[in-house]
Amino acid sequence: MLTKTHLTAAMLAGSLATALAIVASPAVAQDTAKEKCYGVSMAGKNDCAAGPGTTCAGTSKVDYQGNAFKLVAKGTCTTMKTPKGMGSLTPMKG
Amino acid sequence: MQTEFAAALLDADRRLPAGLLASDTAERFAVYRNNVVHGLSRALAAGFPAVESIVGAEFFAAMAAIYVRISPPPSPVLLEYGTTLPDFLARFEPAAGLPYLADVARLELAYTRAYHAADAPPLPADRLGSIAPARISTLRVTLHPSLQILRSAFPVATIWAMNTGRMLLGEIADWSAQDMLVLRPHYEMTVITLASGEAAFLLQLQAGATLGDAAAMAMQETGSFDLAGALAALFLRGAIVAVNDQDLS
Repeated sequence: MLTKTHLTAAMLAGSLATALAIVASPAVAQDTAKEKCYGVSMAGKNDCAAGPGTTCAGTSKVDYQGNAFKLVAKGTCTTMKTPKGMGSLTPMKG
Repeated sequence: MQTEFAAALLDADRRLPAGLLASDTAERFAVYRNNVVHGLSRALAAGFPAVESIVGAEFFAAMAAIYVRISPPPSPVLLEYGTTLPDFLARFEPAAGLPYLADVARLELAYTRAYHAADAPPLPADRLGSIAPARISTLRVTLHPSLQILRSAFPVATIWAMNTGRMLLGEIADWSAQDMLVLRPHYEMTVITLASGEAAFLLQLQAGATLGDAAAMAMQETGSFDLAGALAALFLRGAIVAVNDQDLS
């Protein structure tokens, strides 16, 4: 039961009228005529996955030993500064 | 024998599969192993470019090398690969300092799903006018097959846009939760940050709720939910492909 915020039929009808006005306003007039562009694939999706960078060096053993693994993110997270410092590499304390 | 061969490809600690006839099998098999992991890693990077940008190529490759061993592709179709990556990232210790990373991966997953979802022509916005006001509360709609909703405690749409070249990288002043809509209405991808209450509204509609019930739920969550705006946006964005016919006048 949705008694707490029961919406009256009048409220809903009113919203519909307002929505209609928004849709009909010239400001949102848009052309929706778009054509499908066949044969275009998302980058990298129809390529051989083993592309550039594939190496024939037989690095059979990956340098990874469970929790001893030390990875440091060095991407945009180091520049994407936020007020709380959440973008930085150090986890927030408190 | 195939199972043994496949397992040996992803686990360097396993002995070589039986039946290899060439010379230097250990070295040759190592090349094979390396290329399998590298190929899968690049396939992941193609599906999660923002994640790669955030952590950097080196971190991503090292993370992917672990992930592909834990979760090798369940199907030969690589465009579906990585559905479990967000949950993996959420628990991945070296990424603990980036609590938003898993949600960025979720957005990229939603993007890929929407990209490959079935095509469907959305109802033109003016069809809103054919709905009888008296029946609006019991109306049910069919949303576009590509429509995906993501709710995050972080400004993930902004972070994603900054890391895919859609926005300039910079300080995010408003570090707050974001709900987002991923949609491909007219063969063109859109990622939209939703107003408060809209995500709840859309999720209800997606689950088959009537417009009246969905609106009530959204208002319960957010007193300031703008039903008229949400309704107009639904049609303007091309998010609706059908309304149940008996409610059309």
